[in-house]
Amino acid sequence: MKLELGNIFIKDVIFSNETKVVDGVLHVNKEAIIEALMQDPRLAKVDIDLAKPGEEVRIIPVKDVIEPRVKVSGPGGVFPGFISKVSTVGSGRTHVLKNTAVVTTGTIVGFQEGIIDMSGEGAKYTPFSKTLNIVIVCEPVEGLPKHEHEEVVRLAGLRAAALIGEAGRNVEPDEVKVYETLPLFESVKKYPGLPRVGYVYQLQSQGLLHDTYVYGVDAKKILPTFMYPTEPMDGAIVSGNCVSACDKNPTYVHQNNPVIEDLYERHGKDYNFVGVIITNENVTLADKERSSDYTAKLVEYLGLDAVIINEEGFGNPDTDLIMNCKKISEKGIKTVLITDEYAGRDGQSQSLADVDKTADAVVSVGNANEIVHLPPMKKVIGDPKAANVIAGGFEGALAPDGSITVELQAITASTSEVGFGTLAAKGY
Amino acid sequence: MVKELERAGLPTVHICTIVPISKTVGANRIVPAVAIPHPLGNPELSKEDEKALRRKILEKALEALQTDIDTQTVFEWQ
Amino acid sequence: MLKVVHYINQFFGQIGGEDKADTPPLVKEGPVGPGLALQQALGDQGKVVATIICGDSYFNEHVDEALAEILRMVEQYQPDLFVAGPAFFAGRYGIACATVCKAVQEKFGIPVVTGMYPENPGVDLCKKDVYVIKTGDSAAQMKDAITKMVKLALKMVNKEEIGTPEEEGYIPRGIRKNYFAQERASKRAVDMLVKKLKGEPYSTELPMPEFDRVPPAPAVKDLSKALVALVTSGGIVPKGNPDHIESSSASKFGKYDLEGIVALSSETHQTAHGGYDPVYANENPNRVLPVDVMRELEKEGKIGKLHRYYYATVGNGTPVAKAQQYGQAIAKELKDAGVQAVILTST
Repeated sequence: MKLELGNIFIKDVIFSNETKVVDGVLHVNKEAIIEALMQDPRLAKVDIDLAKPGEEVRIIPVKDVIEPRVKVSGPGGVFPGFISKVSTVGSGRTHVLKNTAVVTTGTIVGFQEGIIDMSGEGAKYTPFSKTLNIVIVCEPVEGLPKHEHEEVVRLAGLRAAALIGEAGRNVEPDEVKVYETLPLFESVKKYPGLPRVGYVYQLQSQGLLHDTYVYGVDAKKILPTFMYPTEPMDGAIVSGNCVSACDKNPTYVHQNNPVIEDLYERHGKDYNFVGVIITNENVTLADKERSSDYTAKLVEYLGLDAVIINEEGFGNPDTDLIMNCKKISEKGIKTVLITDEYAGRDGQSQSLADVDKTADAVVSVGNANEIVHLPPMKKVIGDPKAANVIAGGFEGALAPDGSITVELQAITASTSEVGFGTLAAKGY
Repeated sequence: MVKELERAGLPTVHICTIVPISKTVGANRIVPAVAIPHPLGNPELSKEDEKALRRKILEKALEALQTDIDTQTVFEWQ
Repeated sequence: MLKVVHYINQFFGQIGGEDKADTPPLVKEGPVGPGLALQQALGDQGKVVATIICGDSYFNEHVDEALAEILRMVEQYQPDLFVAGPAFFAGRYGIACATVCKAVQEKFGIPVVTGMYPENPGVDLCKKDVYVIKTGDSAAQMKDAITKMVKLALKMVNKEEIGTPEEEGYIPRGIRKNYFAQERASKRAVDMLVKKLKGEPYSTELPMPEFDRVPPAPAVKDLSKALVALVTSGGIVPKGNPDHIESSSASKFGKYDLEGIVALSSETHQTAHGGYDPVYANENPNRVLPVDVMRELEKEGKIGKLHRYYYATVGNGTPVAKAQQYGQAIAKELKDAGVQAVILTST
């Protein structure tokens, strides 16, 4: 399977009467997008705002971040199972409006989501302080059940991203990156001398605001399965989760999964990157045992020599990570894990809820309990009062001057466990 | 937390879903629960059946509290 | 010039071997034994003004008296820096160094440093609070150990930033700190994977922690006469979350009255936990905190009585050390109230 990603580097984004790309500037027709989103009768009100790098702007609470793209050739369309019909993606050509992101926000009472600051201390920790953000503020109709409320906002984000991505269809990309993975036997034949490596991609699947979707299927209902690496790169995986936003993967991160990108970097040289195994992090012990058994079995069946395993989240998913590590290691297959830590605000607590001696090669993406002070911003998109109830926040987190004191865990993708950022932790 | 209660000499039974975590953190008397969002219930059952399930788990917990043990023990009810 | 006080045992203090291990604390002016190497390493930056010597057996058998006497001796000299050992692999000596260092640091607020072999039992006693330079297992490594101890001590005195355990040579204290690495984490993972595949050395960024164990408390003989308490980390709180327990990284626990409550309901209680789908717990809080069935068991005489109060916190992203504190505080209150057994539910 071969995917061409045509990157169109966007320099700026402005509102306009037509959604289009002109000389690297993205024009967005706000009214038309609002009108299209309002087709969903469960939405009472939609507004669109812009937030650019360096501005004194805070977006809170953030639900999802999505990269606008359009499928130019090849089977399938954007976000199969949601926006496009279900059809295998990951081949052909997709155009990307690089440096831009669609961000969804809006008060969801009793839920908790992340923070994106476009400047100041908080901006250092979130990758989305560096993107030109088109922020969709959603207000659903009153009395909507929570599960539906989540779905409405999730779909609004995907729809907006698809509408905006369409502007890149007929634009000549500034760069084209090609990613190719051969069918297993051909791949092994092509690189007979190289060790075979894979990627065990754990997906958060714990219920409301903790879910992930694969081709439209709720990941808690899947058995671990095998995928071409270009499928998630082409929108097969969609985020429905954002609680403790630091280590949850927004859709943007799935589209740009850095483990997949970096495994491709040395593919064919140091090893043969044969593919991706997706698995879930469910809420019962039986599910955890079944999924980790299944994952280890697939790793063995595919004849892999080594795998990278990432966690999504913390707490009970630590067990999924450790079970996967232990069961795969016991088959004599090498593992490297990526996780964040919950070592307390003073860094003195044990970092993980579950541990095992086979976990001897771990990359840490930081201690999510560390405190950060976010200065007041001139403009807040969303609802600043959310700082008191979001995960990582606490009563009084929001000061009268508008500054916020929170744990890193409240900042979107700050401790991304697919390794999106450079943050790390070490022992003293 | 469970460990501190036991350290203080209070026999404590830990009802939790993810038994491996309970073992790792050092609980001694462990009773497996149903699922993380509803450890002592199951929304798919009828009210009566669900309560009976809850009772079954708690009776097992009481049994655990009355059992002398030397090492970490999981009291299964399933 | 810095005033330095040095603590050593009877052997290094040149009083004698095991036969003199019961020597009570005594103090000598100036450096003694390894103190000479210490003085040399300090050069003209500091002066070993006094050496406190104590027998290892005496210290370990009379900890309170020995410690009080040693602290009194330290106070006399008003030092700027306190150095103990190195104790290498000598267990009782290590415990003495650890105990004395912690006490001196706490009482006088001055920099303290010691040195030990990693398996010395003294290490675990103090490494969280005190810098312990990692040494070999015998006095053959004296000079190397002292050099590192002095280098680190001077940094502390001058309030310079202390580097990592590898840079400074101390035993990791178990404190995790964030920093921005050169490469993004996915790249670091791929690099580590290649090294592991090739059999080249690599170092994990998160060494696996060890959890301690507690012996099981004895069983309750007769539950039908016992006072039983409910505790939960599932965040069940009275409706409205009156104590504002956080949905993650809880900074407190709540104590709530169950008097007159036969069963919890969605009108009276809810969950404050942010780590799981709250719908089921909010619909019927007994699914997390089983008050309804506990009341039945109480009525039937299966348990003596359900304790009037239950305790709740949120076990989501809550550091283990915090959970420990809550556990200790709750344990004390429960014991004071005469509770004999606890049912703890987690989500």
